[in-house]
Amino acid sequence: MGRSISLTVNGEMVTADVEPRLLLVHFIRERLRLTGTHIGCDTSHCGACIVLLDGVPVKSCAVLAVQADGRQLTSVEALAAGGKLHPIQAAFKQEHGLQCGFCTPGMMMSSFALLADNPDPDEEEIRWALSGNICRCTGYVNIVKAVRAASAQMKLSAAVPIPVGAGS
Amino acid sequence: MATETPLKGFIGESIKRKEDDRFIQGKGNYVDDIVLPGMLHMSILRSPFAHARIKSIKADAAQAVPGVVAVVTGDLLAQHKLAWMPTLSGDTQAVLATDKVRFQGQEVACVIATDPYVARDAAQLIEVDYDVLPAVVDPYQALEPGAPLVRDEKEGQSSNHIYHWEAGDKAKTEQAFARAERVVSLETFYPRCHPSPVETCGIVADISPVTGNATIYMTSQAPHAHRTLFAIVAGLPEEKIRILSPDIGGGFGNKVPIYPGYVVATAASLLLGKPVKWVEDRSENLISTGFARDYHMKGELAVTNDGRMLGLRVKMLSDNGAFYADAQPSKFRAGLFHIVTGSYDIPAAHVETDGAYTNKAPGGVAYRCSFRVTEASYLIERLVETAAIDLKMDPAELRSKNFIRPEQFPYTSATGFDYDSGQYEKALRLALEKAGYDELRKEQAEKRKRGELMGIGLASFTEVVGAGPGKHFDIAGLRMFDSAELRVHPTGKAILKLGVKSQGQGHETTFAQIVTEELGIPAVDVMVQEGDTDNTPYGLGTYASRSTPVGGAATAMVSRKLRDKAKKIAAHLLEASEADIDFDHGKFFVQGAPSKSKTIQEIAFAAYTNLPDGMEAGLEGVTYYDPPNFTYPFGTYLVVVDIDRGTGQAKVRRMIAVDDCGVRINPMIVEGQIHGGLAEGFGIAFMQLITFDEEGNCLGSNFTDYLLPTSWETPNFETYETVTPSPHHPIGAKGIGESATVGSPAAFVNAVIDAVAHLGIKNIDMPVTSDKIWSALHEVGAAE
Repeated sequence: MGRSISLTVNGEMVTADVEPRLLLVHFIRERLRLTGTHIGCDTSHCGACIVLLDGVPVKSCAVLAVQADGRQLTSVEALAAGGKLHPIQAAFKQEHGLQCGFCTPGMMMSSFALLADNPDPDEEEIRWALSGNICRCTGYVNIVKAVRAASAQMKLSAAVPIPVGAGS
Repeated sequence: MATETPLKGFIGESIKRKEDDRFIQGKGNYVDDIVLPGMLHMSILRSPFAHARIKSIKADAAQAVPGVVAVVTGDLLAQHKLAWMPTLSGDTQAVLATDKVRFQGQEVACVIATDPYVARDAAQLIEVDYDVLPAVVDPYQALEPGAPLVRDEKEGQSSNHIYHWEAGDKAKTEQAFARAERVVSLETFYPRCHPSPVETCGIVADISPVTGNATIYMTSQAPHAHRTLFAIVAGLPEEKIRILSPDIGGGFGNKVPIYPGYVVATAASLLLGKPVKWVEDRSENLISTGFARDYHMKGELAVTNDGRMLGLRVKMLSDNGAFYADAQPSKFRAGLFHIVTGSYDIPAAHVETDGAYTNKAPGGVAYRCSFRVTEASYLIERLVETAAIDLKMDPAELRSKNFIRPEQFPYTSATGFDYDSGQYEKALRLALEKAGYDELRKEQAEKRKRGELMGIGLASFTEVVGAGPGKHFDIAGLRMFDSAELRVHPTGKAILKLGVKSQGQGHETTFAQIVTEELGIPAVDVMVQEGDTDNTPYGLGTYASRSTPVGGAATAMVSRKLRDKAKKIAAHLLEASEADIDFDHGKFFVQGAPSKSKTIQEIAFAAYTNLPDGMEAGLEGVTYYDPPNFTYPFGTYLVVVDIDRGTGQAKVRRMIAVDDCGVRINPMIVEGQIHGGLAEGFGIAFMQLITFDEEGNCLGSNFTDYLLPTSWETPNFETYETVTPSPHHPIGAKGIGESATVGSPAAFVNAVIDAVAHLGIKNIDMPVTSDKIWSALHEVGAAE
């Protein structure tokens, strides 16, 4: 009944036996105990479960764990490196881009994918890129500010390390 | 390079939040993150019908699934007298249905299994034989003779009528209407919506079969009150119950009530001797837990021809669903709705409310609102807009003409509220100035000539928050005080323990700052603890914007208690008389000799090492604060919309928010609260709707149907402030969590109506969707 899968999770190789129907988000949370990835809606609307698969943001409640076989998975836990916050994390704190913190990991992973693709997005581009992430606390104003601040900071320090397993 | 002096966190300083580090690194600790050894998982089977008699429940097939430990039905609970539970409004609610189901999504049976997937699979194998009954989903129909009786199990309940409640002076109001030159009326429906925090509700109940200790992790906005209710409902000894409310992923009122899932999980843990986890999925959250609003309102305003308000008359019908489970003070059946006179000096007012049972989910929670204040604010602000249309007056001028003036405070309203302070005109003027109101009106007139639709909407709201006073206000009989316990350690660091509970509001920072202000201990050195009933003093929790008004006041008062003792120690250390010791920003010094001083840290050390003779050691205390009055935050919101005649789409061009919440402790956090509230107000005004078909099927049971605003639709917000301190609050703060959700829906809708009123359209009920606007335009021949 189980299927063996192997994938890289935040830079480390993981092999596991999983039921074919196991959702990736449950694999991440329950099996790997990486609880920074959250579940908010079950229907891929809220984005609390967003992680990167081969550098691309996916809603892990709408992906099966077996689909991650052979791929590179990056979750919020990998953003900070070497005891240092990633500029996106620092900017979310600095600009008060979070309140209850539940949507925050998903927001930051979406922001990460955006900035990898478009290092200098304007407000409209940020709002569009984050429109698959629901936040009920902030009204998005400070999240937009945080992404802009992170973008500025990342341009300043081009040497910001890319999280392990984030792909190209 | 010069380094900035780090902020200590005095009042008015926007220090960064202490709680953020764990959240941005994925290290928050929410209920669903908790895993205990041997933990079982629960899944709930819910009714597919809105109204049906249960003929039989067969659980054999479910029971036989490998991994299933137990199937719990209403009959099993009834054997333990747990099939029904009390609600926060003194009614009863079925935990698991025994006789019939009364709304779609009602809890019928639960499966407890070793794996959550197995629990869910097995729940689908339970066979329930239903006899479907006609459902009633409209409260007016529910009150007609012959309507299906929802609560046939209640003795003496022969109709669907729940209560009648009145406030104000009826005779005086009738006289005002008799004198009026004109009566303005508005009939409107504030539809059912749902708070929908991104984290749903959940519990891990862990009752030890050996000690009987019940450790309950739950998404609770009010852990102490919940402990007491668990003791009463489940018959557990209160000293053995420990409620732990860890990080909460947003509450907004949704996590105030006790839900059947909590009760069954706890009962199951008790019966099975193992921890049981239940976390709802989103559909369960939307179809069964605390909805909000669902108020049918008819308001009439007696006015003179030149726009002076003389009286206000309101009749309402509240749709309470199948169980009357409003979370509100017990004496106040319509919550604080009677604040409906708002910011206006209306000499006479009378409010009548009736409540009705229907075959819909129970609830009536105060969704980011202080007990029905949102409905009241919406009604009066829409009514003022209607009056401006009828009187052909500028809505800003009409408001201004009727505001309670600063010199009238403290002001007693016609329905009996004692307003503490306000400068309504000032907030309005600031909003108009920042918006460039006169220019906007000119632009609107020009656009109108070209057939373009542009609207400017105003709302000058007044809220009433911060319940107590405990003499009049309670939850399930518990007086609405709150508490703070402060311990200063020998090294001058402190721990502050509170009866309130953050769900994202930033308590760990804001409340530390109150201690900083009062004692001078830097906020970074004050650890704030909440959400653990064994380790915090009793309090009523966080909702109704009461944390800062009540818990914040308790924090200030306990800090002052400690300061008094610190002064005595300072006098001892400085060899001066206590009367000669002054305190300023963390330093105690001898009057006239500021060089002779001791810091709070030195005094804290002395409290454990070098005390005056006869003084008790330590520097700690606890305060239970019962506020003498509510606080009354206010503000003016101004919205500019452009409407497309071809599609009916209303695009919010600008949203200007002037808020006055008294003294702002951490302005950054306050502003964040306002942003969030405005976005929720925007969502309520334009998209968030829970509705039902004729058979009682919920049409809003997931995020495809129940629309929440994303970053794409949500407008940018321009925020401004005025500061009018509360005269009775120790630091002058009023509370801010809910103002924007209370005040903004009317501003959004008023903007839409302002754009189309000249075409003869005076009302569109929320949510004001494109299709509703287009239909209204089409009806008057103005759609393209």
